[in-house]
Amino acid sequence: MQSSQISNECFLSYISTMYKTGDMAMFLPYFILLPIIGFLVNILVPKKNETVISWAAFTTVGVHLLTAIGFTIYWLFQHHTILSLPGWALYQTSKYSFFLSFYFDNVTATYLIVGDIILFQVAAYSRYYLHREEGYKRFFVTILLFYLGYNIAIFSGNLETLFVGWEMLGISSFLLIAFYRDRYLPAKNAVKVISVYRLGDVGLILAMWLSHHLWHGNVSFLQLNNHELVSTHLQTNTLIGLFISLMILMSAVAKSAQLPVTSWLPRAMEGPTPSSAIFYGSLSVHIGIFVLLRTFPFWEHQLAMRIIIGVIGLATSVIATGIARVQSTIKTQIAYASAAQIGIMFIEVAAGLEEVALVHFAGNAFLRAYQLLVSPSVVSYLIREQFYNFKPREHTFEDSFSKKTAYTVYMLCMKEWNLDNLMYRYMWNPLKWFGKWLDFLTLSRVVYYGIPAYLAGVALVYFREMLPEAVEDALPYLFCSIALMMVLKSFAERKLARMSWLLVVMHHFWIALAISVNERFYFNEDRLYLSGIVVAGIVGFICLRWLHFHEGSIDMDQFHGHSYRHPKIAFVFLLACLGVSAFPISPTFVGEDLIFIHIREEQVVLAIMVSLSYVLDGLSLMRMYARVFLGPHSKSVYEMAYRSS
Amino acid sequence: MTRPHDSSFDEHAVIHELKHYLPAQNPLKDFIHHNTLHGFQNLKFYDGTCRASEIFGYSVSLSIDEYRALYQSGHIREDILEKVITERKGPALMKEWKEYAISRQYEKLPPPRIGSLRAYWKRHYKIDMDSLVHPLLFRVLCSYLDQGISIWRFPVWNEGFLISIREMERLSFTSFFRKDWPRRLLLRSECKIESLLDILVGDSSLYKQYLFDQQFAHQGWSGIVSLVEDMPQTLLDRKQITLQELIIFELLLEIDALDFRFGKNWQPLCKRLKEKPVDLFAEIPERELHEMRHIWQEAFEWSYYDEVLSGLLAKKHNENKVNYASFQAVFCIDDRECSFRRYIEEMDPDSETFGAPGFFNAEFFYQPEGGKFYTKLCPWPVTPKYLIKQAESKNERKKDVHFSKHAHSFFGGALIAHTIGFWSAARLFFNIFRPTMGPAASYSFRHMDKFSKLTIENVYPDDKEKGLQIGYTIEEMANRAEGLLKMIGLVKDFSPIVYIIGHGASSVNNPHFAAYDCGACSGRAGSVNSRVICHILNHSGVRKILNARGVTIPPDTQFVGGLHDTTRDEIIFFDEGILSSGNQKRHQINLKTFDRALDLNAKERSRRFVSINTRQKPKAIHKKILQRSVSLFEPRPELNHATNALCIVGRRSLTSHLFLDRRAFFNSFDYRVDPEGKYLLNILNAVAPVCGGINLEYFFSRVDNQKLGAGTKLPHNVMGLIAVANGADGDLRPGLPSQMIEVHDPVRLMVIVEHFPHVALKTIQTVPATYEWFANEWVHLIVINPETQELFRFKDGAFFPYKPLKQSIEAISDITPLIEENIDNLPVYILE
Repeated sequence: MQSSQISNECFLSYISTMYKTGDMAMFLPYFILLPIIGFLVNILVPKKNETVISWAAFTTVGVHLLTAIGFTIYWLFQHHTILSLPGWALYQTSKYSFFLSFYFDNVTATYLIVGDIILFQVAAYSRYYLHREEGYKRFFVTILLFYLGYNIAIFSGNLETLFVGWEMLGISSFLLIAFYRDRYLPAKNAVKVISVYRLGDVGLILAMWLSHHLWHGNVSFLQLNNHELVSTHLQTNTLIGLFISLMILMSAVAKSAQLPVTSWLPRAMEGPTPSSAIFYGSLSVHIGIFVLLRTFPFWEHQLAMRIIIGVIGLATSVIATGIARVQSTIKTQIAYASAAQIGIMFIEVAAGLEEVALVHFAGNAFLRAYQLLVSPSVVSYLIREQFYNFKPREHTFEDSFSKKTAYTVYMLCMKEWNLDNLMYRYMWNPLKWFGKWLDFLTLSRVVYYGIPAYLAGVALVYFREMLPEAVEDALPYLFCSIALMMVLKSFAERKLARMSWLLVVMHHFWIALAISVNERFYFNEDRLYLSGIVVAGIVGFICLRWLHFHEGSIDMDQFHGHSYRHPKIAFVFLLACLGVSAFPISPTFVGEDLIFIHIREEQVVLAIMVSLSYVLDGLSLMRMYARVFLGPHSKSVYEMAYRSS
Repeated sequence: MTRPHDSSFDEHAVIHELKHYLPAQNPLKDFIHHNTLHGFQNLKFYDGTCRASEIFGYSVSLSIDEYRALYQSGHIREDILEKVITERKGPALMKEWKEYAISRQYEKLPPPRIGSLRAYWKRHYKIDMDSLVHPLLFRVLCSYLDQGISIWRFPVWNEGFLISIREMERLSFTSFFRKDWPRRLLLRSECKIESLLDILVGDSSLYKQYLFDQQFAHQGWSGIVSLVEDMPQTLLDRKQITLQELIIFELLLEIDALDFRFGKNWQPLCKRLKEKPVDLFAEIPERELHEMRHIWQEAFEWSYYDEVLSGLLAKKHNENKVNYASFQAVFCIDDRECSFRRYIEEMDPDSETFGAPGFFNAEFFYQPEGGKFYTKLCPWPVTPKYLIKQAESKNERKKDVHFSKHAHSFFGGALIAHTIGFWSAARLFFNIFRPTMGPAASYSFRHMDKFSKLTIENVYPDDKEKGLQIGYTIEEMANRAEGLLKMIGLVKDFSPIVYIIGHGASSVNNPHFAAYDCGACSGRAGSVNSRVICHILNHSGVRKILNARGVTIPPDTQFVGGLHDTTRDEIIFFDEGILSSGNQKRHQINLKTFDRALDLNAKERSRRFVSINTRQKPKAIHKKILQRSVSLFEPRPELNHATNALCIVGRRSLTSHLFLDRRAFFNSFDYRVDPEGKYLLNILNAVAPVCGGINLEYFFSRVDNQKLGAGTKLPHNVMGLIAVANGADGDLRPGLPSQMIEVHDPVRLMVIVEHFPHVALKTIQTVPATYEWFANEWVHLIVINPETQELFRFKDGAFFPYKPLKQSIEAISDITPLIEENIDNLPVYILE
């Protein structure tokens, strides 16, 4: 209690200092609003109207860039103090409030200007480059969604707001990797990348959960700057502090393609070259650095944290440099070289060299974006160079290795140190294997046993006063296990898509039940959470039913590519997936955050179970969407590319 | 190991057959157009394409719905459709089949045969073999063949692929394989394909089909390996690899995948096989769908051809052609010169233009100053015995740090990111908003420095380099000059200046750049050839010999070489200093003609480009065209051969009254100079594979852009500088990207020869390889009798008279409104 008073006092004092620059801070939401408008306008433009689509995007970004430059210059002249806007409460109860809050400092300014410049250039570039491409509108809409997410993330004033932007970055990445949705590899790699991103998401969720308990309420990034406040809290809760930092690091590592998940980066290069340039060359992949810089005051004094960050950065930069050196394709070479530089930035951040890291970020982002955009030129340029300067074998520093060492290292680099299999081998495959145990769950069993079981669960909650204390305490774990089981089965399901869907939806109900009994409240607070699930669940189920009725089997053991014939259904189903997976625009999203509030800080196991179920839930949904709607159309081999291409 | 059956597997024969069907596209730097379905060319077009479709799953024509849409819009004419059906099915069935053509619903084709055997891995073993094998296989192949992207190259490289792999496996602490057994097989056994297949498949009657399935699961890589095996010289950094080695390595990887998945507990494929799949090359069933598509295809083709032929006959007779042209200009036969020549003739009606294959009958290897290699400058199948070297070049090659390998190193990368990184942003800004020519662009004028010297004349016969004679002797020069002039029929009435103008293209950010240059110069610009042939023709010794052979070139006549950039519509001339003062004046006047023609040509081309307003003045449009050619973001710098449909071998007077919308290759030819068809044979020997190859590559890339073309180029990733693929793990994509073919109408090439049918027949029968093109209908052949103006169509080995159905062709006095208002292919018009 005492600490929360301190935090409130501090907060007030901060608000008063902030007030001096308050009028400038009022301007911050504009930077979010503009992309929202651009995004909405673009959604409304008819598909065929290339000019309006590209102009809307181009203007949005252009105006944003101009105002950003003006704003930043003005801010620099105004002694560049930190700007903060507590923003609006999206949801508020006595115990809990969900604030959207905004923040602006030199880190935001750098990310803002670099992001705007690159996006402005790429928008201009893509106007012509994508001319006549199937999916012209889809491309610009997705780019704007990314842009919106990027701005929300860099302007975010607290973890919750950051998470909103974060999720948008994730989903827009997924959609752009799978931009060529009729081919096998984009669909496969999109799922692969989103599965890594999901790890990042859970890192943030858990960080949010624990920091809520640490601060007894929402904490803003502004408050983190208060050294006294942070150290008071951390002194008493060293372990929690470390855990939060680790979770933040996990999300940074996932998004910035550091070890051990670096191998997703080259595989993400499936979309049109400009989108690869924005995402994996420049902006999206540097968001991890942003998160670390933003939370720096929090873990600044945790030496262990700084060492871990530095070591991960160092290891990545060494390994990724090695892999980059053996790459024989231009885009993967740039990807690994970029990941290596981000590794160095990790070291810089860990060393507290914020300015160096920011300059490094800007330079690397510009460089890699440009290199990717001109990558097709490499043929004519290097062939010409080779024609005049050919040497049968150029000397490289590896020549000094012994043969044995050289071959070994070369082969390891070529196999990317087996990084690509790592996740599958040690994470998803065991989970799938576990899910297969649950094969006794069939569609009819799920319906006929699942629903009564749930009703029984509800009854238990209602009559819990009659239960002994110990049973009541165990109930959340029981319910949560059932939820986890369902989502595991859904994740491992290789046959019925509808079954998989149903399980995901039901899992949310079990989670809600578990939390209700945990916090000993009835269902009023769940309403917000479950209302979204119910609506999205029904819509999604109807989509699958309809598809099954018209197209026959939609078993999950292969890609079906139904977006080829039914792009509208695909879009609706995607929205339903986002609804069920608690995407920021859905009511489920706030609900999901809420769920975590009700997990007490000592219930680490419960928190991990719930977050694991959320990871799998999101994965299962994206996989379902990919399997049913993406990939080569299962019914016509004749208009499709080869699987291998 | 026990053999389940007597061996019916002949490794050598199967590999030979595989190579026959695999894509045969050269690496990017030597992009040569060829018939994509060359493997089926021994069959008639219809039979060959049907087989290709059933076996490999290619689409080989537009879809029935697309044809019907063309019919609805009038692009396919009703009378032609009826005629085609009547010819094929007889008059009795015409009505019925027409009804089918217009409204019958056809079921989709069943899945292709390829891949059906290997599909059992997934079906019965639940193992995704391709996902387990392909990524590493492609990576190893790409690294081995890489021409200069990787910084640390394949450590063992100069003794062949499998030897390299063995050596690395032998010494390394790690392995490409996940399990030990395949590694031991590689190191300790002979690794014969057959014995590996015994392990994997186990039934020798299936081996051939298994290998086809396996290799066609990644036909891009297999194709390039097969090509490099046969033509190692196509890579600058030569590599030894054979298809056999690739197969062995892949079989080992497959064994590895099975071992990894099942441990020791798996049995060969044949054990779980319930029934054998249909043999890949068994007879294909008759299908109405195939026939219907073919009927539509023919109707589509003849709807256009008929119009062209009708237009040919609409020629006004008794034209009084001036005997002495103000100037003459010889261009490449390329369809992109079609409109340029029309504008030159329009700007200066006294001028005369010719078309000849763009190497101008001078075949040689070329070595630019400082170059470490020779570049072949003649049609791809020819192997020249001559070398021409460049000296005193002042061209500087600018560097671009963005392609520097330091950017990918540890410290270099950090340093560059901190410094050059910011420069990149500025560079990109200028590249997008003010594009200019940079070192990364492929620019045709850079092919040869205009002011450099060339070793065209041979000094003494033993002046040789690597077996190539440096320069031509006078006799050899005269042969080339005579060949060129007699072929195009330019043997008298020489004008004071004769231009001989090659062509090239410019583009940036375009891995397929070589496809845009001159096909007759093996995908290079034609500047050196034009300079060489002009030097030859200006040579007094040569002229003496020519005189003796009946070609008298007046002493005042001078030949001037040049290069036309088809992307930028720019032209440069070479060695203008030799011109006499009189010719110098004429040249200055002609330059204005060329300039205006170039502007107008740019305007006509711009009608296809949405980003340019065609209604603007030619000069303004030309500026935009120039900018477009250096724009990073422009995937269509020009449309290349996208409109090709015709090849006309005859005098210019045959077609000078027609507007053919850049759709024709023109090879000048005068039957009077060549009554026996000697030069005609040379022309057709080249036209069939070169123009036919271009045409069919566009055809198949258009009708199946996913499987026979390269798909959209926007996500392409450059693999080892030899080819493109999608993303990181994709198979190579041979063929043309969608941006090159989207405006193409897939019609086969129609060759129109101006000569007597009996001479033409005798001529095409001389060389079997050439005859195959015509006899099997991969290109159409029409002969126009130069005296009677009668048309004859070649079919089933003989010529039959052809009367166009279309009686009259619209005449037009000014094409400007036409090109300003239309973006699609235009019909034939008569120019007034």
